[in-house]
Amino acid sequence: MKADATLDAYGLLCPMPIVKTSAKIKELAVGQVLEVIATDEGIKEDMPAWCRATGQEFLGVEEGDGEYRVYVRRKR
Amino acid sequence: MTTAREHPSGQVRAVGLLSGGLDSTLAVRVMKEQGIDIYALNFHTGFCLTDHRRALGGRHAGGRSLGNDALRAAAALGVEIEVVDISEEYLEIVTGPKYGYGSAVNPCIDCRIFMLRRAAEQLERLGARFVFTGEVLGQRPMSQHRQTLDLIERKSGLEGLLLRPLSARLLPSTVPEREGWVDRSRLYAIQGRSRKEQMRLAREFGIASYPQPAGGCCFLTDAAYARRFRDLVRHRHGERLRAEEMTLLKVGRHFRLPSGVKAIVGRDEDENRFLERYVEGRSRFFAADFVGPLVLAEGELEESDVGQIASLVARYCDGKHEPVIRVKYDRGEGERELEVHPAREEELDAWRI
Repeated sequence: MKADATLDAYGLLCPMPIVKTSAKIKELAVGQVLEVIATDEGIKEDMPAWCRATGQEFLGVEEGDGEYRVYVRRKR
Repeated sequence: MTTAREHPSGQVRAVGLLSGGLDSTLAVRVMKEQGIDIYALNFHTGFCLTDHRRALGGRHAGGRSLGNDALRAAAALGVEIEVVDISEEYLEIVTGPKYGYGSAVNPCIDCRIFMLRRAAEQLERLGARFVFTGEVLGQRPMSQHRQTLDLIERKSGLEGLLLRPLSARLLPSTVPEREGWVDRSRLYAIQGRSRKEQMRLAREFGIASYPQPAGGCCFLTDAAYARRFRDLVRHRHGERLRAEEMTLLKVGRHFRLPSGVKAIVGRDEDENRFLERYVEGRSRFFAADFVGPLVLAEGELEESDVGQIASLVARYCDGKHEPVIRVKYDRGEGERELEVHPAREEELDAWRI
């Protein structure tokens, strides 16, 4: 998936990838896509929940080699 | 009364502290019911048991990975949430709480004051008029007595602006009630340690999923953690504790050898994997021929320490009934090995923290 910006949350444990995501997404324009690369599997649960709670759009997750690439579109 | 700006829709906005446990979830639900626009704050202290279980690879019974309770609750409740990382500042509170510890090393009163001060600081930025929590009168032995609730309110700078919806009718009325932003008659009068009333409310609101057992989700209330924490403080002689050391107190069996060196013994594969992340700057020991623990040791090791740590590896590996075990180790100068007898029970008792 094509992203406008990437956040490296490699090695960060719950819930730090979310803390970093919420700061990073403010740097994007509404409509742009953020890619978050994480190793904590819990991000598969946390990112959709965070998106639902904060009104952002969860686009999906690609996984492989112990890595999770999560895509979020800034909606507001 | 407050400096908060008017919400565009005329709705009153409030900040709610949300852990995702039963009480804070209910508090949010009760306030939502009254038409309050809620901005939830969740504080990451670094001492959450669920976070740690997850870091060890823990899962739900169905195999699903564990999620963050506060995020899950906020999504289900439909309220905006912000997770605030306070783990660095929180160390100061844990090491020197003004109002002391509870039964273990839980600085509950200082912790509440700290979080509520942070919430109070956000009021203006968020255009919110007051703060609410899921605190229940008399439920927690340290922080939820009447006098303590009053103290917490005063010290957090939220006098009159801190609402506890679950117990509000047992407490003096607050500004949000007096100003008519919330209807006191639709708040609750819950008190005490039984959670029956909360469970009934949860059913009424259709809240089916909340962490079990409710409450006590913090490492700092754990007796074993407290023992290790006190041992660490004693051996650091007033030097500032590091976040990483506090994290390592959560994992494995801990031993303090006669020289003062500390050894941490992984109890299973998950813990070994967790410990692997902290090898840098530490010595690493493991059994050469058997499945067994990864052991990390802190500090400069004498030859006697090396032998004792190796004997711990031998004692907890699958070859513990063998007379002699081959142990490999690395003190940062390349791998070496030695042969040792497993540690004896009386040694374990003497060294165990």
